[in-house]
This record gives sequence, C-alpha cells and structure tokens, in this order.
Amino acid sequence: MNRFAALLDRLAYEPRRNAKLRIMAEYFRQTPDPERGFALAALTGALTFRHAKPSLVRGLIEERADPVLFGLSWDYVGDMAETVALMWPAHPPASPRGQEAEARPGDGEAAHPGTEEPPHPCLPPAAERGRAVPTLSEVVSGLASASKSDLPALIAGWLDVLDETGRWALLKLITGELRIGVSARLAKTAVASLGGVDPDEVEHLWHGLTPPYEPLFAWVEGRGPKPETADPTPFRPPMLAHPLEEGDFAKLDPRDFLAEWKWDGIRLQAVAGRDAHGHLQRRIYSRTGEDVSRAFPDLIGALDFEGAVDGELVIVRDGRVQSFNVLQQRLNRKSVTPKLLAEYPAHLRAYDILAEGGEDLRALPFAERRRRLEALVARLNEPRIDLSPQVPFTTWEELAAARADPASVGAGEDAEAIEGCMLKRADSPYVPGRPKGLWFKWKRDPYLVDAVLMYAARGSGKRSSYYSDYTFGVWRDGPDGEELVPVGKAYFGFTDEELLRLDRFIRNHTVNRFGPVREVEYGPDRGLVLEVAFEGLQRSTRHKSGLAMRFPRIHRIRWDKPPREADRIEALERILARGEAEVFPLKEVP
Amino acid sequence: MTLVCADILKLTPEGLFCPLGPFHIDPTRPVQRALVTHGHSDHARPGHGAVMATRETLRIMAARCQDGFARTTQVASLREPMRIGEVTVTFLPAGHVLGSAQIALEAGGCRVVVSGDYKRDPDPTCLPFELVPCDVFITEATFGLPVFRHPDARGEVRKLLDSVALFPERAHLVGAYALGKAQRVMALLREEGYDRPIYLHGALERLTQLYREEGVPLGETRKVAAADRKSLGGAIVLCPPSALQDLWSRRFPDPVTAFASGWMRVRARARQKGVELPLVVSDHADWDDLCRTIRETGAGEVWVTHGQEDALVHWCRTQGLRARPLHMLGYGDEGENDPSPGKGEEG
Repeated sequence: MNRFAALLDRLAYEPRRNAKLRIMAEYFRQTPDPERGFALAALTGALTFRHAKPSLVRGLIEERADPVLFGLSWDYVGDMAETVALMWPAHPPASPRGQEAEARPGDGEAAHPGTEEPPHPCLPPAAERGRAVPTLSEVVSGLASASKSDLPALIAGWLDVLDETGRWALLKLITGELRIGVSARLAKTAVASLGGVDPDEVEHLWHGLTPPYEPLFAWVEGRGPKPETADPTPFRPPMLAHPLEEGDFAKLDPRDFLAEWKWDGIRLQAVAGRDAHGHLQRRIYSRTGEDVSRAFPDLIGALDFEGAVDGELVIVRDGRVQSFNVLQQRLNRKSVTPKLLAEYPAHLRAYDILAEGGEDLRALPFAERRRRLEALVARLNEPRIDLSPQVPFTTWEELAAARADPASVGAGEDAEAIEGCMLKRADSPYVPGRPKGLWFKWKRDPYLVDAVLMYAARGSGKRSSYYSDYTFGVWRDGPDGEELVPVGKAYFGFTDEELLRLDRFIRNHTVNRFGPVREVEYGPDRGLVLEVAFEGLQRSTRHKSGLAMRFPRIHRIRWDKPPREADRIEALERILARGEAEVFPLKEVP
Repeated sequence: MTLVCADILKLTPEGLFCPLGPFHIDPTRPVQRALVTHGHSDHARPGHGAVMATRETLRIMAARCQDGFARTTQVASLREPMRIGEVTVTFLPAGHVLGSAQIALEAGGCRVVVSGDYKRDPDPTCLPFELVPCDVFITEATFGLPVFRHPDARGEVRKLLDSVALFPERAHLVGAYALGKAQRVMALLREEGYDRPIYLHGALERLTQLYREEGVPLGETRKVAAADRKSLGGAIVLCPPSALQDLWSRRFPDPVTAFASGWMRVRARARQKGVELPLVVSDHADWDDLCRTIRETGAGEVWVTHGQEDALVHWCRTQGLRARPLHMLGYGDEGENDPSPGKGEEG
C-alpha cells in the first residue's frame, strides 16, 4: 500500500504529462503482479466497492473528531478524503516529535523500495507497532469481500497503521475519485509503453479484461500471447472535434466538408455483437468508455444490429427532440423506473458507424461511413434510432445563417436541442482522440447578462480555500424599490490572476458570514458587476427568481461598471419567453 | 477580574490598544506609540510616532522600511518588566523569527499576553517560546484547523536533500519567506550536513546578512547572478515564493519547484502554486500546539486575532473557555507574498 500511496503522491504533484507516464511505467516495471494490476485498476477507475462509500468514511471521522471542526476543515481543504487523512488521530497516541517520524510505519519501506511488504527487518515486528501495513491487494480484496458491518472496523484498522500519505491513498480509493490528473487513457498508455505497444490496442482489449490484468502485462512484456478479445462488444475510443476558431474559415474549403447539427445531448457509443454462443450482446458506453447500459434499458432493447454506432443520446417526445434540461431529468438516477422510461424515452441520434458485422469501418472516409450508417438505420426501422440529418450548405455564409436559425433549414421543432454545427471532412477516417484538421465544432453563441456579485463560497479541489463560487443577481422591483435577486451561481471562466483579485475583493468587502459563505457589499453604487455567459434558461422553483441558468460562467469581470447599470430580471424573462434566439450575441459570424 | 482585563486591552480600528499606556500593539495604521512583536511587515508597519520592540526587531524594521520608519525608537529587553503609564509591560521570546516577542501586560492583578505570531517547534535561528501564565491570552490562528499538524522540520529538509540526490542535474528552487523561513531552512540544511554554497535570490540577501551579523551561522551563501543560472544544476536556490512563478525561475536548468510553508500540508495549496516538492516547514504553531499553548497558559479567556479563527474559538468554547474572534483586518493581508489568497504571510 505504501508504494501505491507513493505513486499517487508523486503523480499528484507532477504537472507534466510525459513525466507522469514515466512515473507510472517505472512503477509498473518494478511492482509485481497482482499489486500493479490493482494499481492500474485504481488509476483507470475500474474499482468500485459495493459497501465502501464516502459516507462510511465520514461516519468514521465523526466518531473520532468534533463534527464542527471536521466541517470547517473539510470546507478549507476542499476534499473529504484528504481532510480525514490529515485529521485522523495518531495511533498509538503521538510520541514526542522527532521520534515520531522514525517510528512511522510507512517511512521504513519508503526508504527501501523493493522490500515494501512484508515489513523490512529493520522495522520493529508487527506486534510492536500494531498491525502491519496492508498490501494493495489485501486492501482491494478486503474492501470487496468484507460485510457491510465489518467494513468500518477494517478500514479504521488500516487508517491506524498507515501514515498520512497512505491514509490519503486508501481514502481516495474508497471515495472513488483519485483526482491526481491521470486519465484512464494515460494509465493505459503507460502500460502500453512497457512493450512499445500502441495504446489503442490496449484500449481495444480493455473491456474484455479484469483486474489485476495479468495477461495484459504478460503480453506487453512479451511473456505471453495477446489476450483474446472474447468481448463481442468492445469500446472504441471516440473521435473528437476541435472548436472552430475565427481564422479557420479562411483556411478551409466548404467543398471538403459535410455539416450536421450539434445536438445538446450526451455522446454515446452503442455496440452489439454475438458472443461465443451466438447470443447477441448489447452495450452502451459513455464517451469515456464507461458502460452505462443499465441506465438505458429502453435503448438497449433497440440495438438489433451487429456493429458499433456513434451518436447522441436525446429524449424524444411526440417526435420532438427535447432540450438538455429535459434530458437531465433522466440522468444520474439511482433506479430507472417504468415511469421514468415512459416520460423520458431515450433515443439515439446516430452520426457515425465504426464497425458492422465484424468489419472495422474506421479507416473508411466519413462520406462512405455515412452511407453505411444510412443503410443500417433504414434497415433497422427502429423509432428509437434515427439519423442525425445533414445540413445543406455551399458557402460558410450559408452555414452561418443555418447555425443562427436552425429552424429555417429544416430543424423544425428540434431547434431547441441544437447547440451549433459539426463540420466533418468528407474524407476523414475515424481517428481516436482529437486529431487536427478533420472535425470541427462550431457552437452557438452563449447569452450574456451583466449581474451583480452577492455571495461567495470557497471552492474545492484546485481552488480550495479561494472564494471561487459566486452567486450573482440582477435588479427587479421589490416592495421597497429596486432590489437584487439572485439568478445563478458560477465558479469558472476566470483566470488565476482574476481569481486572486476576486478573492481579495470578497475578503475586503465581506458584510456577513454564513459558515463557508460570505455576503459581499452590493447596492446601486457599491459592489462588483460580473458579465455572465450561459447556454439557456429554464423555470425553476428552487431559486428565488424562478429561473435557473444552464452552464453559467464568468465571461468578464466588469471592475469598471457601476452595479446600477447591471441588467434587470426582465432581460432574462425575455430570453425565457423567446425560448432561444438572439438576445445578446457574443460576436458576429465571419 | 475580566472587567479589569477588558480595561487593559481594547480593539480599535488601528488594532489592539492599551488605554492605560496608552499605546497600540502591532497597529495596522500609523499611531502615536506602538509596541511591535516582530518584524513581519503586517505587524511592523512604518509611520508611527514612537516604536518599542526588541533590538533585533528594530534592526529588521530599519532594514526593511529604511531608516526613519518611526520618529523615535526604544529597545525592549527580554524578560525585563517596564512601567508604561499605568501598566507593566514585559517582552518575552515567541519562537517565531529572530527578535520575535510576546508582550505581557499587567495591571490591577490581571495579566494579558499578546503572543503575536509564535511557534513551539525548535528553531536554530531564534530563541524558543517561553510560556507565560495569564488571565487573557491573545493568540493567532494561522494554522487553526486540526488538519494542520506540522511534521518535524528536519525530516522535511531531508526530503529536499533526497530530491537533490535523486536529481543531481536539476536546480532545486525553494520558495521561502524572506524573513525567518529562508534563514531557518538554511540553518536546518547545515544541521543536516549540507555544506555546499546555498544560492540566494537578491531579495533574501539583506536579511540573511542581518541574521549572520546577529550571530546565526548560515554557512556560505552566494547571490544568484543572471549569468550563472544555467549552470546551477544540482544547486539549492532559495527565493521569495513569488519568484517561483516569475520569469526569473524559468532560466534554471529543468528546476524542481519546492516551497517551505505550513500551507504545503494541503495538497490543493501546493498544486495551486505549481509546487512539485512541498516542504511542510512552518514558523507558526500548528493545531496541536495552539491548543496545548492555550491550555498551558491557564487563561480563562482567549482572543483570536487572525487566521482560522472560527475553529479555534469553537474549540476553546468546548473546553469551557471564553473565546472571542477579533476578525482583525490587516494581519496576513499584506504579508510577504502570501501563499494563500488574502491570508497570511509567513506560513
């Protein structure tokens, strides 16, 4: 466990991608099976434990620490696992400083890599220092197999023998979010580098493998055969688009491109194929390769093909694609009830095909894949799966007009679920990742509103202990004249320098404190105006203003603007009434 | 009793004020007469009429604020009670930085101690903290949360030396506050047997020289000249924390960025600063020592000047002590390149 903790610790502080790769490769090279395999599972998010949950960790610390002090500490640190790791009472009771460092269970091993577990002979026998430090494999199997009632004591016992870094790593494992700046893809790339294998090959095998991945390591190290892809429904890493920049149009020829609407839904990969027994297996993956089939039984039932289709998950009611607000009601539900299925029917709006009947189509030009996709969708004749229509255009001006008003070029009532256009080179192969020059996204301009900063709260993660969450309001007529009513909250869109300045402003203009939240000075002549960008509005009973913003972020900080000149609630009401449309376009099309 | 104590010290917009003197302690705005606990710029500001402080603190103020930082100055000798107006004043070591002192005020059988900033950990560059029993204890709370437990500083300096051994071709840039932290890190490096020259950013030179003149051995130091930055692979280079993000730091060969501060205990803090090698070395009391010190003074009432006041005030109340957050503005706000937004200098 200590070596795994040291790995996470080094990765967390290493900003450079290539150095992260080296650190991981080094770890995989030096660590035996099955330890390294469980580490790989942790790094790729492949470990979940049924009973070991954040609430359990919280319960453990609340038995051992004053809940108020824990709350204040958590608020400050911004990460529960780390807070608990730092606050966990020393056990046995702290020895005098100086000796303590030497007596820590972790230090001996850290100084002698390769002799991690069992304990180094220089260390006192396990009996003298309580239980021995567990191995990562022991932790993983313990977490997976212990009963719900045994878990708290098991975890507390480990926390007692681990040092601060070890506790942090253990708690990160349990709470499920490592947040060390390593994607699953990067970890797989590090494994691939052990044997000079293409990371895409590892990716392709991935969903047929399980921790601790011994056949995978054996293969990349040249000690074993390539693992069979017994999985009839592998995930294929998606191809992503670059945002279109202003200057790009001059360099691009409209004749080379096909255009589609950019749907405001969730990117999915629907895969179906026959297993060894000839049964059709079906799976739905998120764009990161997470298997989300269980959340969409209605769509799973519609996958009557053999192949892999790339598309957007949308909710369709009465033949009309619903806005993202509606789709959100379907997402992140613990249980998928019949009522939910009936009210929020899931549809796949297909835009690409990656494989068909065992044939890999990714090397074909997009125009050719599109023809194959059209044929497949026609053959399926399944109401839950349809084609994402193409947008006809011959010049960039025509496309700009279509993007500004999708309804005018055939999007009809679906226009509300469109957030711009996708441009794809007709000759582009399907390349995993974000290759340059092939696919572009050209998003619709956001709405803008000038609002006044009212409250600020501390952020979490990278921004912990900075006042980085801002609640802002606009003017309305109140019983006692004009007043500000909160309309939203934003926590990004500013630079680090701006954050420092905002934080300072908040500390110097605090008029009230409510736990972690500060109320700042605001009024017609005092306060700070924030130009907020957002993607849409909906009615909401949760907010005093009756409105909720979609994807709000700070667009500009108007240090120069007096709060009295900020917008009024009517400006937002107009946006809501219009559904969408122009209002405050950010910039004009080229 | 408390009534008398409340007469000894009050909170005014300028800071803590003793009407029996009359004088202010560590005022944040110019006043007639100021008593100063230590030389950090948020506590020792220029522009006062008369300033009383330890000899070392007055030297530090003169070096930082130029001469004429006060119209008149008076040296306070440690542990020697003095009568000022109707109150007896004693300066006692606080263990924070060179010259740092607590100030004890006595009148009518009541004793109030203003601790300034303090720590209990050993520090080769200054006198250790001396405990003064009192009725009212005025404490800082820079690290007033139970997540802050400072490890042994020697172990942290060994981490730095281990990294130098591991990456002998890379320069190790160590962000350290100009007053106190930089000199403590140097002294600790010497204690651990590091005998090569330590390179200094220009902003650290003057106070380092002052420490040396005060008899603190720091070994050989060299100023970093623009020309030799490229050749400093393997060297330890101390600089003010702000320089870590400056263009200045980019000229070194593939530098390892380290930062010596109590804030480095929290990972997000280190990452916010782009620190790869966090060194938890602090000149402030950690949570355990704040609580221990409050208990040991026997004070029935605690005022908390600045830092994480809420948590420490809460803890005092759970111990049956009267406690009051002062929410003092100005402390920590204009520190030397504060590591955290709006918050304290010297971590």
